[in-house]
Amino acid sequence: MTTHSPFSTRFGTVIRPDVPPKIAGEFEYSNDVRIPGMLFGATKRSPHAHARLVAIDTSKALAMSGVHRVFTHEDVPEGRLLGHITHDQPVFVLDVARHEGEPVAFVVADSQERAWQALEAIDVSWQPLEPVTTIEDALTKDPIHPQGTLIRELLIERGDDAVGEVVVTGTWETGRQDQLFLAPESAVAYPSADGGVTLILATQDLHTDQQQLCAVLNLPPEKVHLINSGIGGAFGGREDITLQAHLAIAALALGKPVKTTYRRSESFLAHPKRHPAFMRYRLGAKSDGTFVSLEVSIDLDGGPYASTSGPVLGSACYFSAGPYRIPRVRVHGRAVRTNNPVSGAMRGFGAVQACFGIESTIDLLASKLGIDPVEIRRRNVLVEGDPFPTSGQRFEDQTDLRELIDRCMALELPSSPATLDLDLPGGTGRTLMGSAVSRGEGFALGVKNHLYGEGVPETSWAKLTREGNTIIVESSASECGQGIQGVLDRIVRTEFPECEVRFAVPSTWMQYSGSSSASRQSWMSGSAVLGAAQKLKSQTSSGEEPESAEFEYRAPATYRGDPTNGTGDIHVSYMFVAHRARVEVDTELGLIRVAAISTAQDVGRVINATEIRGQILGGIAQGVGFAINEHLDTPSGLAANNSLTDYLVPTAADMPLVVIDVLEQPDPRNPLGIKGVGEPSAVSSTAAIANAIRQATGKPITRVPVRPSDIALAN
Amino acid sequence: MSSVRLRLDGSPVELEAASSTSLLRALRDAGHTKAQGACEQGECGSCLVRIDGVVQNSCLVPATICEDANVETVASLLNQDLADAFARHGAVQCGFCTPGFVVAAEAALASAESLTYDTVRERLAGNICRCTGYHGIIEAVLEVSQRRREANQ
Repeated sequence: MTTHSPFSTRFGTVIRPDVPPKIAGEFEYSNDVRIPGMLFGATKRSPHAHARLVAIDTSKALAMSGVHRVFTHEDVPEGRLLGHITHDQPVFVLDVARHEGEPVAFVVADSQERAWQALEAIDVSWQPLEPVTTIEDALTKDPIHPQGTLIRELLIERGDDAVGEVVVTGTWETGRQDQLFLAPESAVAYPSADGGVTLILATQDLHTDQQQLCAVLNLPPEKVHLINSGIGGAFGGREDITLQAHLAIAALALGKPVKTTYRRSESFLAHPKRHPAFMRYRLGAKSDGTFVSLEVSIDLDGGPYASTSGPVLGSACYFSAGPYRIPRVRVHGRAVRTNNPVSGAMRGFGAVQACFGIESTIDLLASKLGIDPVEIRRRNVLVEGDPFPTSGQRFEDQTDLRELIDRCMALELPSSPATLDLDLPGGTGRTLMGSAVSRGEGFALGVKNHLYGEGVPETSWAKLTREGNTIIVESSASECGQGIQGVLDRIVRTEFPECEVRFAVPSTWMQYSGSSSASRQSWMSGSAVLGAAQKLKSQTSSGEEPESAEFEYRAPATYRGDPTNGTGDIHVSYMFVAHRARVEVDTELGLIRVAAISTAQDVGRVINATEIRGQILGGIAQGVGFAINEHLDTPSGLAANNSLTDYLVPTAADMPLVVIDVLEQPDPRNPLGIKGVGEPSAVSSTAAIANAIRQATGKPITRVPVRPSDIALAN
Repeated sequence: MSSVRLRLDGSPVELEAASSTSLLRALRDAGHTKAQGACEQGECGSCLVRIDGVVQNSCLVPATICEDANVETVASLLNQDLADAFARHGAVQCGFCTPGFVVAAEAALASAESLTYDTVRERLAGNICRCTGYHGIIEAVLEVSQRRREANQ
């Protein structure tokens, strides 16, 4: 069972305002929203990974009773494209479908059931094209998208020509993980009196959605509004447009509210996933284990549209050397278009894949030199004043990484009570014969930036209004379940201990607070709310009238890397975590159980202890899934396991025992000393588990998730 | 479409359902949103309800066989001690799975067996939570189990 950590009590633990109604089943999610007179939509999708659209015949669908309209590319003027950063994605297939599940039509009917039935009556003629499904094919065949094959290429080069006396090489590969937020996509759009449209939805980033919708609808922002309903998880999977544009177009055309809710099978195809990565590593060292040089190549499978592939590649490349002192580093990264599902943001954002690469390679070196894997990391971690290995950015006021490692190793890995068969590899399948269990331990260190970095300007706005003894917080930060409202609640209460705190519903009528991603909201919106609270306190109060104060917090500046060598002050700051894992493996069947994990993480300053622990445990659960199960398999570009029956995520029975310690080294770059806590737990837990499986089995373990065949059938 | 009359959390309701309509969909279409749907295949437990005393995934039960049934959701099955324990132990993040976990947890707590860390995990293994990593949920159920036992002694 989890050991409670020495959390500070400055803020204590607060029960978030959204939690009691969630327990009672009274919390409204976007799929619970009902508007009188609303119609229902359903999305016709491409059954092919790559195909030319020949014709769409909607006549049979339109002849069905209860069907109002079918929308296609003809309802969107040419050239109006979607895209988070790069506008490259049509609202409906225009001439070519580039991935399975790409929307080709949106039918609106009286009921959701009727809309689904009408999908079958839409005839689409396709001329199938050869799908491009490997990086190699993408780089050698004709581009599948007019904007070319490479979404981004990045070269980072630092240091002299030294190589090192001892060299190890590794080739590593990661799978396609789905965020699998539990509430499938759902939203309602309704026309507004001024000729605009309003959406009630579940998004991580209200204002970026609004921008994209304005471009597609050709409406000014004051006519396109978004209101966040309850969000049933996100993890990066709600950063892109899926159903929003279809609903807005339909509501405007029909003059009625329109709702749709995705089924799980289409949810898998609709939102971008974690990028599969193909990595080559070459690490050189002195014979005493001191790192000398690192050469890395990283290719990311971006799918056909850019989504956030550009910054994900940046994150993968800048964290490809981990938090280690390496005098000579060369990294070559490419994000490539294919006809596989679109890749984009998921918790850890490229750093997860890179962590598996560097941490696996370091274990190879440790093994070759006969040095303890933890000790070799301890000797090579960055210390105050070092240049960051990739960017060259000066490492200052950062976590004491030796202490972080020592704290993780000081925790005793709990022994499995093994009172149940499900605690053995094979679990509820109860396949284990008993003799074939191998145990192993692995260690990994994780690093990622919080906040965007790479020169993206970053602000967050907040407004507080005091009415008697109540403070109303306005912030457009999305509460996806991660607990940002608990953090903001705590910060306001600390400034106004006598007051009750309430939250206005986040919407685009508020100013920009930015995306709930990149582990940024506690820092960004926490600082904004603190600024507004201090301003409100300093105002002279009559005590009669409501009083307000607004504050816009601006993050410290970052820069794009030097165009010739990629170096520069790329990030505001970093988050660090250490994971140690113990696994039990049935070597005959290749089945794995992750038995126990210890972890130490620098959380900067504890604002809400319960939620920090929740982020640490939740990220570990996703890391366990990615290590041994979670991969959306797409032979020939077509999803083979897009259901919860076939895509397996950890349950309570699969979750390892976990012990946690936290460091609090406040980050001086923001007024509260906050560090992000959302992503680190997912960054290195997978790598630690993979290292443990390699140690337990002696097999190469070159890819995650690890398949039974990688153990039972591998040489 | 036919009409199905049943009791939902103690109140009579009338639902519209085709022969293929699940109880979950019929409930939600009529605006009863205490049960959630996340997979509609019986894999995730978000839609757990108790039908005539038996806990079932309502996405797998045809609505039309529920005529006269007594259907209970989180609204009638949640006890305050479990609600408090869920909140204190961090058993809830996005909360979408929570009503289903409450139904599964109250069923485990109501059973005669004395719950341990392992048996709670086994009893909750039919429910998926993507946010919390389960420890908070398991601890909350164990604590309530302990307290209810003490109270009954």
